[in-house]
Amino acid sequence: MPEATGVLVVGDSIDGELSPTSRELLAVGRRAADDLGEELAISLLGDTLDVPSQQAIAFGADKVYAVTHPLLAEAQVELSLAALDSLCREAAPRVVLIGRTNEGRELAPRLAFRLGVGLAQDCLEVSIDQETRTLLANRPVYGGNAVAVVSLAYTPQIAAVRPKVYEPADPDSSRQGEVVSFPVELDDSQARSRVVNTVQEEAEGIKLEDARIVVSGGRGLGGPEPFQDLEELAKLLGGAVGASRAAVDSGWVPASYQVGLTGKTITPDLYITVAISGASQHLAGCSGSKVIVAINKDAEANIFKEARYGVIGDWEQVVPAFAEAVRELTQD
Amino acid sequence: MPVNIAVLAKQVIDPEMPMAAFRIDDTAKSVVPPASIPPVVNGFDENAVEAALQIKDSQEATVTVLSMGTSFALDVMKKPLSMGADELVLLQDDSFENTIDSFFTAQVLTSAINKLGGFDLIICGRQASDWDNAQVPLGVAEILGLSTVALGKKVDVAGDKVSVERVTPDGYEVVEAPLPALVTVSNELGQPRYPTLRGIMAATRKRPTIWSASDLDMDAGQLEPRVTLRNLFIPVREQQCEMVEGEDGADAGRQLALRLREAKII
Ligand SMILES: Cc1cc2nc3c(=O)[nH]c(=O)nc-3n(C[C@H](O)[C@H](O)[C@H](O)COP(=O)(O)OP(=O)(O)OC[C@H]3O[C@@H](n4cnc5c(N)ncnc54)[C@H](O)[C@@H]3O)c2cc1C
Repeated sequence: MPEATGVLVVGDSIDGELSPTSRELLAVGRRAADDLGEELAISLLGDTLDVPSQQAIAFGADKVYAVTHPLLAEAQVELSLAALDSLCREAAPRVVLIGRTNEGRELAPRLAFRLGVGLAQDCLEVSIDQETRTLLANRPVYGGNAVAVVSLAYTPQIAAVRPKVYEPADPDSSRQGEVVSFPVELDDSQARSRVVNTVQEEAEGIKLEDARIVVSGGRGLGGPEPFQDLEELAKLLGGAVGASRAAVDSGWVPASYQVGLTGKTITPDLYITVAISGASQHLAGCSGSKVIVAINKDAEANIFKEARYGVIGDWEQVVPAFAEAVRELTQD
Repeated sequence: MPVNIAVLAKQVIDPEMPMAAFRIDDTAKSVVPPASIPPVVNGFDENAVEAALQIKDSQEATVTVLSMGTSFALDVMKKPLSMGADELVLLQDDSFENTIDSFFTAQVLTSAINKLGGFDLIICGRQASDWDNAQVPLGVAEILGLSTVALGKKVDVAGDKVSVERVTPDGYEVVEAPLPALVTVSNELGQPRYPTLRGIMAATRKRPTIWSASDLDMDAGQLEPRVTLRNLFIPVREQQCEMVEGEDGADAGRQLALRLREAKII
């Protein structure tokens, strides 16, 4: 292997555009590359990559590895993995950054093991230790009850970064960078697992992960019906409805509603929790919200430690009156 | 031929313990197990046991549970047996510490899997609730070169294929993979079954197989840790919560709306 150098962001595109997560990773990667005095590259996999390549340069990349292959159009994980494995071996980056998205959750550990190196999982913060020129990563452990600072002994040092933690840089379309085509040899038989059917069960309206306002319900709601009230409240506010895992596990709402460590990471301007205790695993998915409001009957509930505004009370009394007042206030 | 299934399960500190009981030993850089709260089988691993037993409900299958650690609470680790699993293999050694490095753990588990002659299907919880690494299962799959499906909520075996309903951000997809395969499962799989009285009796009589490091042929070069823990701390939350009050609950709800309006939040 050649001497390792530079930072590689594992990028992706959605509907022909550079994904939001890739933009965030380029901001983190830019800082790390500057601290190292080395290059920032991004890999993009697919069949048509012109638009996202130019966007990647505008968002901070010095080099784009355009990994094109007809088989990569579908983003099958084993094919992506094979392509990234050969890219990492050939380009020999010092640091690799992957988004801990739904795909990244599978891709990052498998890539690390395939390369025989370590992975800092689900990082909230990555930086370069100038002295050793190694990566330092802060990552929540024990459901967010603690934070671990880890370093990695082998190169490439791979970090999976939690989405929506870093802000993308402002794009600069005058930035210069090069697009290098990286041919890979792939064979259909490498894709051993096959998707045979896709079922969507998401609620109508605004997507939970994009909503500016989210109203979430927990176990204290006691059943599926009260979620109707939350849906109405969310509609009034132009927002979406989420839930704690306890509500999902009880079967009151589909799994796609779950906010938290093993659910969705959301960063709305306003996050209203109703009858949610505020377990660290729940907060892991919403602590980046600008303002958290908690409605809970237990004054000792942990959610009040994270909330900006709180009401101690029974949701059955608080929520209808709150919704009514919101209706009046937002009508004029 | 019965389907030969392995479940990888970890003993962890109870993640639902009160936050006030959560303590860190700064010098050891580790979490202090709370004295009065017994450990549990990692929740997602119980989902994995349930997934394996659901397969066993509908066809001939054997379920072997493997776990690595320095010491075990036997009554805790026998829970999968009392739910209906057939065998328990404990990989127990002072050197099998619970570190943040998944590489080591995956190597130890892989050695044991190989020593047992391999499996048609390995089912694992998506992640352990202590280090939240979500790496060991996928690592085992990579080392063994198995086909892999992550984040299942339903797992079926038909002939030489596994069919998995895989959780996606907006629903699920049905994924098929050839055996031998490794599947990770999530809580969407549903409540694991409760041990039956008969199961508990059978589990009491069963003796786990216990293997130490020297029982497992491991490649020393593969045991170098890949991830080093530099520091471990409890994050401080600084948020000051403004409590909005009212004459009664309904009034507090109205006041809340007014307060949010005043602060230009709604
Ligand atoms: C590995 C792991 C991963 C996890 N991942 C997630 C995750 O992604 N997301 C997640 O949410 N959880 C997750 N959890 C679960 C988490 O630990 C908690 O168990 C869960 O968040 C609790 O949900 P809850 O707050 O709705 O329920 P509870 O903790 O039971 O809280 C219910 C709250 O409702 C209040 N209440 C009851 N009645 C009323 C009323 N009438 N009016 C007002 N308030 C009322 C109570 O005071 C209480 O505070 C995970 C756990 C583990 C171990």
